Amino acid sequence: MSETSAQPLVRVENIHTYYGKSHILHGVSLEVGKAEVVGLLGRNGVGKSTTLKAIAGLVHPSQGEVLFEGRAITQLAAHRLARLGIGYVPEDRRIFRLLSVIENLRTGLDRHGVTKVRKKELLDKVYEYFPVLAERRNQAGGTLSGGEQQMLAIARSMMLEPKIILLDEPTEGLMPRMISQIREIIGVLEQEEVAVLLVEQNVPLTLEAARRIYILEKGMVRHHAPASELRADATAIHQYMGV
Amino acid sequence: MEIAFDQLLIQTINGIVTGMILALVASGLTLIFGIMDVVNFAHGELFMLGAYAGVVVLAATGDFWIALVAASLLIALLGAVIYLTTLRPLLGRDPLTTILATFGVSLVLQNYALWQFGPVARKIQEPFTGHFTLFYLDYPWYRLVIALLSAAIIGTLWLFLKISTFGVWIRATTQDRVMAQAMGIPVPWVLTVVFAIGAAMAGASGVLFGPLVGVNHAMGLDWILKAFIVVVIGGMGNLAGSIAASIFISLLEAYASLWVSPAQAIIVSFVVLILTLLFRPTGLFVPTPK
Repeated sequence: MSETSAQPLVRVENIHTYYGKSHILHGVSLEVGKAEVVGLLGRNGVGKSTTLKAIAGLVHPSQGEVLFEGRAITQLAAHRLARLGIGYVPEDRRIFRLLSVIENLRTGLDRHGVTKVRKKELLDKVYEYFPVLAERRNQAGGTLSGGEQQMLAIARSMMLEPKIILLDEPTEGLMPRMISQIREIIGVLEQEEVAVLLVEQNVPLTLEAARRIYILEKGMVRHHAPASELRADATAIHQYMGV
Repeated sequence: MEIAFDQLLIQTINGIVTGMILALVASGLTLIFGIMDVVNFAHGELFMLGAYAGVVVLAATGDFWIALVAASLLIALLGAVIYLTTLRPLLGRDPLTTILATFGVSLVLQNYALWQFGPVARKIQEPFTGHFTLFYLDYPWYRLVIALLSAAIIGTLWLFLKISTFGVWIRATTQDRVMAQAMGIPVPWVLTVVFAIGAAMAGASGVLFGPLVGVNHAMGLDWILKAFIVVVIGGMGNLAGSIAASIFISLLEAYASLWVSPAQAIIVSFVVLILTLLFRPTGLFVPTPK
């Protein structure tokens, strides 16, 4: 416990959340290590998105703790968490539709303590990974295609120089070609030592991209295994996801 | 009745001058509505208190421009205090609660002004009293200066929103408050500052307009009513629309008063308001959303 090398980047301890009277998370616990890609699977409505929102500070758990680098962050405002290095890419992308591509990126880039040189480096890097964003930098976010918006949403969160990105169903509604591109992007993030907590309906993609998998059912973690194990034996997947 | 060309030109200038002041009042209102869906019924009282602050600072310093800046800053501060104490606790609730709350604040401020300054109208001396000849009229330079200053303030606001980091934050927060937070934008701070900016613009227009009318505790009422009309006609929350609507309405009223008395000319604004609500409820100056 005392050695810092073993300390996970994010540790979620037994969190409970409610939307009004409905109890969404019934004590979810999970961990994501530094630079680790972790998958979160489960049927619709089991609380996967809510778990991500709780880590991003957009939903405040009524019980339990979220720890980031060993520090309790459960009660911090979402904008502080973003500055600490938690990037959030929501399910519906939520691009600022009337802001241009570059302005969307600036929402994460214009922070205290980021020098001009560093800003340029960060922009150049995402433009290299996503050339289409460079082409459309002055176009309004709302005019991009679904796939381009997904890229912009990920690029935007990369502007925060995050230690972890919470990716909520990045492949939803995308064409197969775009899906393989998302897979590549997750690889790039891993290479850059950014941890990823990936929520997906696309099981093969998740098993391929992630190192470990948590399976959620009815607001609780029902199964936890290395991805390699689930690739070899998909019983748990069949059991909890019905696929 | 035949209308002479010179009368038409004079009314055009009058319309534009009034329109620019109205635009200054309305842009604060529409900025606040756009970002936090708060219909600020106390906006007219911020305008009125701005004028009174101008009176007080002018009496102390003797300098109109110092009074203008000081009154704007003071009203900005007051706006921030009103926001933090009254509106922030109500965010996310039924919009009706913020309407009632700001209406309550407006009554408090109006009666405060009556208690503090009494019922007799005060006068703000304009910074210069020169005139130029416009056909058969001596037209005061000051009126043109107000129009230009209003345009300059609105132009600065526009540039600030368009270019600065804080402007990007404001626009991002207007579009998606939750996502703005997730991107590290300090949304509570942004909302407070926007309310303060809107209040400052109301305060500034109070001082600028003070010399043209008497300063009294009820002077906000006329303006706020018209500001609401142009904000609705321009499309709620649409800055450019509000500005266009301010000039449009003021011109219409100015032309109408060639035929009828100025008091009756106001009817034109209401007719336009009703027609807008009937046929283009999203505003005259925005494309109807699909």
